[in-house]
Amino acid sequence: MSLDSTLVGRTFPATAPYRVSHEKVTEFARATGTPYAADGPVPATFPIVLAFAAMNDFLDTVGVDLSRIVHGEQKFAYERPIRTGDVLTTALTVASLRQIGGNDIIGTRSDVTDADGSLVCSTSAVLVHRGGTA
Amino acid sequence: MPSSIEAGTALETRTYPVTRADLVRYAGASGDFNPIHWSDRVAGAVGLPGVIAHGMLTQALAARAVAEWTADWADGAPAQVVELGAKFTNPVVVPDDDTGIDLVVAGTVKAVDGDLVTLALEVTAGGTKVLGNPRAVVRA
Repeated sequence: MSLDSTLVGRTFPATAPYRVSHEKVTEFARATGTPYAADGPVPATFPIVLAFAAMNDFLDTVGVDLSRIVHGEQKFAYERPIRTGDVLTTALTVASLRQIGGNDIIGTRSDVTDADGSLVCSTSAVLVHRGGTA
Repeated sequence: MPSSIEAGTALETRTYPVTRADLVRYAGASGDFNPIHWSDRVAGAVGLPGVIAHGMLTQALAARAVAEWTADWADGAPAQVVELGAKFTNPVVVPDDDTGIDLVVAGTVKAVDGDLVTLALEVTAGGTKVLGNPRAVVRA
């Protein structure tokens, strides 16, 4: 199944507001062994928690099974550090879509914004949707 | 940041073992419950060579090395990461045993521009590069 090329440029509804807690960041830091102190920077890949939720919503909407997705690329660009107490929402936009060898190569951009609507972190991902026959 | 940090400075290579238990733990912490990261049956059904690590766990461990290196520059406080990115070029297959697979993160200072430091990384598992062009920019 190929995805519809009219998805390109579409922005999906933002995720529900997510409050960054010290406990959640600590759990994430421990799962990756990353040094983290209460007043220090959160692990650099922590926004994936938000971007992943936005991606799950997107995949549900377009009817793609998560097990057919392999991550191809991930980038983060920070406007400011994430702090505990931040209330963040994430909106995913389909940036590009192409088909190679029966796979969909989906380029996405997910912008993480704070309660004031200011951009905190821009994330971009390439998702490989494995067509296959299994 | 110590003055010894300049373009070309090699950083101490870090080795992080990754086991199935680490994948389960990362799944819970990140919310990524894709079964290709815990089910041999599903991984095989979609054509993968076995259960593979989350690409984002691999990238998180690369970022861990950056945090550990930069903490050494500044009395224990990791630097703020401004940019981070990588391609996931080869899967990290994690065997169902007690030792797992070692992820090895090497790094070199690529450029220093004021307080911004660009790091070029090399991340391998079993001798194979698993990330394409992994890099980080930190404010140090």
